Amino acid sequence: MEIGISHYLTVSAILFTLGVFGIFLNRKNVIIILMSVELILLAVNINMVAFSSFLNDITGQVFALFILTVAAAEAAIGLAILVVFYRNRGSIAVEDVNMMKG
Amino acid sequence: MGLQALFFYLFSFVAVASAFMVISARNPVYSVLFLILTFFNSAGLFLLTGAEFLAMILLVVYIGAVAVLFLFVVMMLDIDFTELRSGVLEYAPVGALIGLVLAAELIIVVGGSSFSPEIAKTISMPIPAIADRTNTAALGDVLYTHYVYFFQIAGLVLLVAMIGAIVLTLRHRDNIKRQDIPTQVARTPKTAVEVVKVKSGQGL
Repeated sequence: MEIGISHYLTVSAILFTLGVFGIFLNRKNVIIILMSVELILLAVNINMVAFSSFLNDITGQVFALFILTVAAAEAAIGLAILVVFYRNRGSIAVEDVNMMKG
Repeated sequence: MGLQALFFYLFSFVAVASAFMVISARNPVYSVLFLILTFFNSAGLFLLTGAEFLAMILLVVYIGAVAVLFLFVVMMLDIDFTELRSGVLEYAPVGALIGLVLAAELIIVVGGSSFSPEIAKTISMPIPAIADRTNTAALGDVLYTHYVYFFQIAGLVLLVAMIGAIVLTLRHRDNIKRQDIPTQVARTPKTAVEVVKVKSGQGL
């Protein structure tokens, strides 16, 4: 059986779903939630690259590059916020985040 | 089954399995390591589709920078992770239901689809043959010409992220000793040395 675009899209769909499920499963742990967001972005990237390859259009790869940029920036900012939050509260439980009002 | 299909199934199976371990591992350090494994196998998938540059960028940027940053933060914060794991299965049934529905819908929608023949006319930037132009060069041809503004904005996004991360985590503590270079350089023998006449038999 030839590997077509639907194979790649299926893998990416499964990875995306695992990312969404990870947010539900680890709703107390911000670090795992950030990792789940990374998984979701990775799934989107696989989509982009698969379409780029099978349509023979390089634009998809350019956009995957930009998504990678944004994902790296998001991870840096998210982890920085996490470190500051841990310094202030001594925990990273999501339930405590609403104490940051004001 | 050709070699390409074999490697596709290998990479995708390991990627999906390690992605599952990312969200279900008890220890976040294991989660990060499995995240690295997921990225690594996704880089393999990228290679199979011919996106060589992105595969290498995934290795360098994602595994080398982002995943290691996660590892640093996980090891730096002194957190009782078993307490955070409590109540993990509370929302698991709802999450599993939503996840299954989402996955089924996505796979049903994308699994059976195929391209219409007219789609070849809509291609804006065709990929040149690998013999003429390597993937990196082809990407650069497009990135620095058609998408140069997007490229600059991506650079700005990274700059803002860098400044933001530094501003967020930098804190100025007052009660620690620091080296003050101007004061050191401004010292002269007059200010540094004090000549005292000590009488014999007496201390200072």
